Amino acid sequence: MEIKNAMAGTLESGDILIQVEPGKGLQVDLQSSVSAQFGRQIKAVITDTLKGLGVENASIKATDKGALDCTIRARVTAAVVRATGKDVWKD
Amino acid sequence: MRNSKVVSLEEAIRKSGLKDGMTISFHHHFRGGDKVVNLVVDQLARMGYKNLHLAASSLSDVHSPLIEHIKNGVITKISTSGLRGELANEISHGLMKEPVIFRSHGGRGSAIASGELHIDVAFLGASSCDELGNASGCPRSENAKSICGSLGYALPDARYADHVVVLTDDLVAYPNVPKSISACDVESVVVVDSVGDSSKISSGAIRDSKNPRDILLAKQAAKVIINSGYFKDGFSIQTGTGGASLAAVKYIRESMIEKGIKASFALGGITAHMVKLHQEGLIGKLIDVQSFDKVAAESIASDQDHQEVSSVEYASAEHKGSAVHALDIVILSALEVDVNFNVNVLVGSDGIIRGAVGGHPDTAEDSALSIIVCPLLRGRIPCVVPKVTTLITPGKSVDVVVTEYGIAVNPARHEIAERLVEAGLKVVDINDLAAKAKSIIGEPDALPFGNKVVGIVVDRHGDVLDEIRNIED
Amino acid sequence: MMFVPGNNPGMMADAHIYGPDSIMLDLEDSVTMAEKDAARLLVYNALKSIDYGDTEMVVRINPLSTPYGKKDVEAVVKAGVDVIRMPKTETADEVRELEAEIIKVETELGCVGRTRIMAAIESALGIVNAFEIASASDRMMGIALGAEDYSANLKTQRTPGGAELLLARETIVVAARAAGIACFDTVYSNLDDMETFRKEVELIKTLGFDGKSIINPRQIEVVNEVFAPSQKDIDKALRIIAAIKEAQAKGSGVIAVNGKMVDRPVVIRAERTVALAIASGILDKEEAL
Repeated sequence: MEIKNAMAGTLESGDILIQVEPGKGLQVDLQSSVSAQFGRQIKAVITDTLKGLGVENASIKATDKGALDCTIRARVTAAVVRATGKDVWKD
Repeated sequence: MRNSKVVSLEEAIRKSGLKDGMTISFHHHFRGGDKVVNLVVDQLARMGYKNLHLAASSLSDVHSPLIEHIKNGVITKISTSGLRGELANEISHGLMKEPVIFRSHGGRGSAIASGELHIDVAFLGASSCDELGNASGCPRSENAKSICGSLGYALPDARYADHVVVLTDDLVAYPNVPKSISACDVESVVVVDSVGDSSKISSGAIRDSKNPRDILLAKQAAKVIINSGYFKDGFSIQTGTGGASLAAVKYIRESMIEKGIKASFALGGITAHMVKLHQEGLIGKLIDVQSFDKVAAESIASDQDHQEVSSVEYASAEHKGSAVHALDIVILSALEVDVNFNVNVLVGSDGIIRGAVGGHPDTAEDSALSIIVCPLLRGRIPCVVPKVTTLITPGKSVDVVVTEYGIAVNPARHEIAERLVEAGLKVVDINDLAAKAKSIIGEPDALPFGNKVVGIVVDRHGDVLDEIRNIED
Repeated sequence: MMFVPGNNPGMMADAHIYGPDSIMLDLEDSVTMAEKDAARLLVYNALKSIDYGDTEMVVRINPLSTPYGKKDVEAVVKAGVDVIRMPKTETADEVRELEAEIIKVETELGCVGRTRIMAAIESALGIVNAFEIASASDRMMGIALGAEDYSANLKTQRTPGGAELLLARETIVVAARAAGIACFDTVYSNLDDMETFRKEVELIKTLGFDGKSIINPRQIEVVNEVFAPSQKDIDKALRIIAAIKEAQAKGSGVIAVNGKMVDRPVVIRAERTVALAIASGILDKEEAL
């Protein structure tokens, strides 16, 4: 799957900004104020969502502002949809 | 003037007989606007002092210059009620060899009075002072620059320190009355450009919130008070810092008017809300250890029924005459509450110190009804947890916890729970609140604490309550 | 019914703690065109994951005539939304078109009939067609007034007294009652003027509306206070409940008040009135027992 640079999300409280770039394998660079307690969990949600969308190669930069898992899934999906041009909904 | 005590800061320090290894003290009435700590410690560093013990009533984010003075050995020990900002962050990561000693306001007052915390030289900022040392937090001339109102936390230092230096930015004609600090306790007076930025006395922990969640919590807290059984004519009340606990006062006001109930006194940090209720005749007297905003600072200067108290008179456990023993209701905030009702107001759930003990354990223990107001979650940070990161106020002192997901009542106070249920409030088990938080955010990983003790929490009776360990990245 | 912007995760996570009867997550006016895709995913994931308890969940979708409308329907039906709110509804055909889209997705999921529809009427044509819209489908649960677009369409503007909205409001109430569905009034957006807001809520309650749309949790208390049941309603409800107890004590299946038989919906309404009265602090729990 071809990936272009794309991003989704915001830096507002409760949100997460996801930036996707082409890469080799899955790399996740996470910045979060709750990384000590939730960093492992946040990275797992990001990689699981990517794999679920069939993305095997991408470099992700995530800037987290205390987002819940459902928000992380939504933002990663939106970034991938924008990066691949392939929507998850029917046209 | 004959016998004038006015000297330069350097001279005052020399005259004080301060030696390496001694204890110096400060108050925090200017909160985030304080200029005295940095000014004095810079001077001490220039004069070559080492190994000093800095005992402040509290420290905040303006005190980050202390980091350098810790690194170069000027300050090697700190006692305080709180730490915030970069200084707190560095200390949490292991900046100091010796752990910081944390005491409550009442605990500090008692420790100074009993000699357990001996102060060699106190450096006390004052909004006005005469040449002999009669000092006040109130303005006494049109040149007044920095106004903080009550000097309650400085009074034990003034009384019990071996040597007292008052710093002021408004030297007024003798006699500066009414006074807070007596000339009899003062050895030197130093005139400086500014002792503090009074616009920042309501910064730091204090906010008046428009946040709908704070308003929700405040309204719930007000309903708890009204239905608790303690809302009777002549009751007394205190509010802690934090938007929701401060705002709760606004919402009990209506019920007070409606039911014809008046409070005998309000205690502690006094705010504009409290002053308003007092001026409306709803609160008889204001007992002020610390003026939390400009309105409170102006009121204490002009109103006979708004009186200053020292931290000893306010919240000492040993002195049975202290005001907390007469307190009915206190509303407090929290960083964390655990399922045993233990409260942490000092260490963030990232393991970094970011708060202050304050009067929390003092008022919670001695009041008839203590109410903690805190959201279940702050972003992804849980506030109701299985076990607090650091123990500050033991659960046996805590009666009610108000969150946006329901109100938990300490099982030891089942009669309160019954009254709240009766009134139609949503009373829940605190274990269910912790479980709810976990269901929303997941299970947090353990914090990466190291083995170095960076802080020791001493309770108000002088016993060690908990240790804070360094956090690793 | 509290409006929450569909691209604001912080507000979406929190909205139910304020106790609104329903929450409307918005994909339409509060979301810019560039963020429609992201907001749709956010709403989908929030509906699937967040425990909103008993709160009725509504999503306002984009019009089906835009490139976003059909995707919105697919996403929110898959997420299990209770109600889809269609904006700017002008004809009954538009409702049937939406219903067809919903059925397509529900058929795929095997849950035909799950999703209900609320139509927002925001134009003169919509008001003229109000009854046809209200009765266009069995899925219709309510109609609502959207006053900003409506008053612009009338070539007037909103005033504190709301004279410009009177016909629209009355028409919506009458159409909803004729069709046997609910009706909801428009938003009031000046958060600092609680007095005018309260007057407006009192007015629309008198007109017969079932509820008010709000944009901030601070408005909930006023709506609840105004809509709290009257003493007369409460007394009547208490008499009905006493009659039930009497009938049970006698072992009789027939419940009668003042010689008239009471059927099930009346009992349910009486219980709801008493619960609302206790919740609003009007009625003491002891008294109710």
